Amino acid sequence: MTGASATKGRQIPDSLTHPATRLLKSWESLLAVVVVVIFVTNSFASPYFLDPWSLSDATYNVTEKLMIAFAMALLIIAGEIDLSVASIIALASTAMGFAVTLGAGTPELVAIGVGVGLICGLFNAVLVTGIGLPSIVVTIGTMSLFRGLSYIVLGDKAYTGYPADFAFFGQGYVWWVFSFELVLVAGLGGVFGVLLHRTNFGRAVYAIGNNPTGALFSGIRVARVKFILFLLTGLMSGIASVCLTSRLGSTRPSIAVGAELEVVTMVVLGGVNILGGSGTIPGVVLAALVMGLVTFGFGLLNVPGIVMSIFIGLLLIGVIALPRLWARLRIQRG
Amino acid sequence: MSNFKKLLVSAALATAMIANGAHAETKRIAVVVKALGIGFFDAVDKGAEEAAKQLGDVQIIYTGPTKTTAEGQIDVINALIAQKVDAIAISANDKDALVPALKKAMDRGITVISFDSGVAPAGREMQLNASSTELIGKMLIKMAADSMPDGGEVAVLSASATATNQNAWIEAMKGAMSAYPNIKLVEVAYGDDLADKSYREAQALMQKHPNLKAIIAPTTVGIQAAAQAVEDAKKVGQINVTGLGLPSEMAGHVHSGASKGFAIWNPIDLGYAATMIADQLMTKKAVAKPGATLDMGRMGKVTLDANGEGAMADPFFYDAKNVDEFAKIF
Repeated sequence: MTGASATKGRQIPDSLTHPATRLLKSWESLLAVVVVVIFVTNSFASPYFLDPWSLSDATYNVTEKLMIAFAMALLIIAGEIDLSVASIIALASTAMGFAVTLGAGTPELVAIGVGVGLICGLFNAVLVTGIGLPSIVVTIGTMSLFRGLSYIVLGDKAYTGYPADFAFFGQGYVWWVFSFELVLVAGLGGVFGVLLHRTNFGRAVYAIGNNPTGALFSGIRVARVKFILFLLTGLMSGIASVCLTSRLGSTRPSIAVGAELEVVTMVVLGGVNILGGSGTIPGVVLAALVMGLVTFGFGLLNVPGIVMSIFIGLLLIGVIALPRLWARLRIQRG
Repeated sequence: MSNFKKLLVSAALATAMIANGAHAETKRIAVVVKALGIGFFDAVDKGAEEAAKQLGDVQIIYTGPTKTTAEGQIDVINALIAQKVDAIAISANDKDALVPALKKAMDRGITVISFDSGVAPAGREMQLNASSTELIGKMLIKMAADSMPDGGEVAVLSASATATNQNAWIEAMKGAMSAYPNIKLVEVAYGDDLADKSYREAQALMQKHPNLKAIIAPTTVGIQAAAQAVEDAKKVGQINVTGLGLPSEMAGHVHSGASKGFAIWNPIDLGYAATMIADQLMTKKAVAKPGATLDMGRMGKVTLDANGEGAMADPFFYDAKNVDEFAKIF
């Protein structure tokens, strides 16, 4: 945590990173407190909350989105964004559905879902890093493109008839109440946590987000790192597509509509700077917990979903405003 | 930490006992709709409450997601399973995607029926249609035809391309069009049940087809947007907007002349009938199987077909004469 900028140590970057790191730390502990408060409030507010099976069901609120949020966090830290993730889910799911009609079995379906995700990620990667287009524009374009393809293939029809053992990925349990998706997302969280916080690659991601030109001149292959990040995001969307399709047991072109915004919300709520350069995987996990617990808790009390949208919206504004207000307060105090 | 946990658990148990004690006799029926904030479904809730009052020992939980997505409804269903409600009556955003979640609900002893937009048979015990698809299809084309005795071009402005209901009605309408050989269907547009998109699609229909004589919108959002678009384009009298709408939302457009009339079943009746059926099934007074006859209180009886579906009533026509009277109700 301290070594990241020490290698290029000048006084100015040091004094910039230190308070930022402190703020970041405090943001995550604040999120953790929020999680605990929501958990305790929920336990008292509804007699049905503290049930292992109910809590297990509730994890499905966020598991698939969290998988994508891991990769999205890295992408946003590196100063890019991918808004096509939900459409990648739709296209990968459509491809799997089409494969079912050709008689594909479960292993082929998984390969196709993940593969289509990778190809979509590759497409974004080439447009952004190869041609040098801004990622927000490219992925708004591919967002329409990928989902548009699904609509062309499916129209108002649906693919059903997935093989029975395919249901395991979205409905199966590894042990007791721990669903396959939950175990998978925990594993992926570990992998991405190590990748971002414990490897040279992760440090390169931070460096690019803070200063792409500086990173380039210090020998980081900026384009290649970004290329890999878009591939990873596509890959995660493909995996999420396998899980979601398996959970729904069917494919329609409207699958996962609007999920990209929830993924970005999760990432930003987790303390990742939307302008790039900072953020952590634990923060994103905590944000997912907040969103999942709020959704489930309000659901148990039958609070209309719009109230929960307002709550998340306020939290999000809080995330952006709090560090700024804090900084202003510090300046005023001198 | 474990002490704290124990405290939490015992507190929760205490709350549970209090809650159970207070509602020992009360059964809970959840009415799950496509999305909250839709006038039609608020009227359904009104009917469900009426039935609950009549039954006495029933509490209605009116809920649904914020957006009309299957994923949102699954989250709602999971929360209802966790609450151990006695019955779920749902209008589905996707007839297939909800099946695994609703199956789980049935596995845990919850009575599940669908109404309005149905769920595939594996995911519910029965489906209550507001009317029959054929009758609605016939009604849609008849309402348009009545305003254009010389025939001509008509277009459809539907909800989303994946909407179960609308697609079935449009198919039935196409089937019924053989009775009107001089009427031509030129396009089916999709406004996704969003007011602004439906408005733009209606504008596009008028521009693309200058000879258009009627827009048929089998959705409450679309018909309103289309009527507004016709008024704004100053084509009242030239283009008649008809389809399925809510009296309270359409009264102004009927009086302006943009719509000469429209149809809808009574959503209050639908909510009432669905609640009555859910109550019978969850109290085991009846079993939903093909051929079974279920009691719907003041709405009479419904007989289930081979797919476990039943139709409540015929759609009802509203025009300048009666729209104000019903606008006060829903």
